[in-house]
Amino acid sequence: MEKKFIKVIAEHHIDGKTRPISIDWNGRNLEVDKISDIRQAASLKGGGQGTRYTCKICGRDIYLFCDEGLWFIEKY
Amino acid sequence: MKHMFDVREVIFMSRTILHVDLNNFYASVECLYRPELKSIPVAVCGDIEARHGIVLAKNYPAKQFGIKTGEAIWQAKQKASNLVVVPPDFKKYLRFSRKAREIYATYTDQIEPFGIDEAWLDVTGSIKMFGDGEFIANTIRQRMKEELGLTVSVGVSYNKIFAKLGSDMKKPDATTTIREETFKEKVWPLNVRELLYVGRSTRNKLYSRNVNTIGDLANKDLHDLKLLLGVWGETLWKFANGLDYAPVRKLGEESIVKSIGNSTTTPRDLLNLNDVKLIIYVLSESVAARLRAHGLKCTTVAITIRDKELYWFDRQGKLNEPTYTSNDIANKTIELFEKNYNWYKPIRSIGVRGANLVTETDHIQLDLFDVTKEKHEKLDKVIDMLRRRFGNESICRAAMLTDQALSGFNPKDDHVIHPVSFFR
Repeated sequence: MEKKFIKVIAEHHIDGKTRPISIDWNGRNLEVDKISDIRQAASLKGGGQGTRYTCKICGRDIYLFCDEGLWFIEKY
Repeated sequence: MKHMFDVREVIFMSRTILHVDLNNFYASVECLYRPELKSIPVAVCGDIEARHGIVLAKNYPAKQFGIKTGEAIWQAKQKASNLVVVPPDFKKYLRFSRKAREIYATYTDQIEPFGIDEAWLDVTGSIKMFGDGEFIANTIRQRMKEELGLTVSVGVSYNKIFAKLGSDMKKPDATTTIREETFKEKVWPLNVRELLYVGRSTRNKLYSRNVNTIGDLANKDLHDLKLLLGVWGETLWKFANGLDYAPVRKLGEESIVKSIGNSTTTPRDLLNLNDVKLIIYVLSESVAARLRAHGLKCTTVAITIRDKELYWFDRQGKLNEPTYTSNDIANKTIELFEKNYNWYKPIRSIGVRGANLVTETDHIQLDLFDVTKEKHEKLDKVIDMLRRRFGNESICRAAMLTDQALSGFNPKDDHVIHPVSFFR
């Protein structure tokens, strides 16, 4: 397992919060339907650390990490 | 006086202090970012080209091969041929250190960092909110693992010295509690070298008097210890008996600066006075700029010289009047150097330090006929401003251009991780 850096469209709120809106998955634009959890977390599987968004995308729960502006997901 | 003592007792006896130590910090961060390295020996090492090629940190597989911090890379590779050498990324380590402190800050505002990877936390005021010291320690451990992917060992005790001792007792990812009632059983059987500030020479002195364990030290006659180690004797005796009342500083509480210095190991050995002058100018400019930033002037200048055989010495001299101009500091340092070094061996590293500091507004005896001093101070301040706006390389002495490989470093900003002392 490794990590895959991806392109993300995100909303930056005036209070400094960041929320991902959609991700680019191999050219397909997939919308983030819901964010159920946001926390600091380590990605032990992919390697790295950052803000972890637990997102519902296409019916699946996915961990989306933001490490100093670099977005990635753990790749299976 | 009696009343004072009672108050001290009430305040100090019930403290709950944690010492949190990030295990193999640099190596753990590197392995976190490259999980494939976790099971093989890894060492974070300085730049071999710049002659900083020593082991700064290693992971547990490397430890099993007997690789030690401070060893040269070639020595480490002899012990483990498959050793993976990784360059350090100090920016990343500082980021993790800051994040760790953010976690500590949810439990207390009394956080005293001890280097980049260790900190004392006084949680006395938060135990009613979060649970006892051990519970907070375990929570911090769990959070560090989940949120930062790092393991920590935590010591819980009633003073800073035993908390630190506790964090060293069980590694990695463990909590060790040393209670006031039972500290003798846990602490006294340990080797005396485990105690903070018992280094090689103190240890040997103690061994020669048959003081082998912390218990031996605690039960030794105080007068004998003072004769053997001077004031340190009493300090260490107090440490061994758990009589350490030093408070944990609040976050952001600055310690009093006693001296400001910079040193460097040069990319090649220094062979003549010109080489040495170059390095002294770079270091003096950094020291002077840092003095100015703190609004301080130094009245003493010290130089440290280490030759290529690693033999080193320190010399210092008094200035006629307090200064924070790089010229004054550099000239004094060069004078000290010329007086004390006879070039029996090439030089490997040089350090310049300004000590006996006074505030810049302190009254001084002005020289009626020398107006250059004020001019130099103004000039240095203009240089500070230029460097702040356009970068460190925007302006330099012409002499620096004669050997840029040697002078092309920035001691002021390159080194942001400084060693700290317990006695501040």
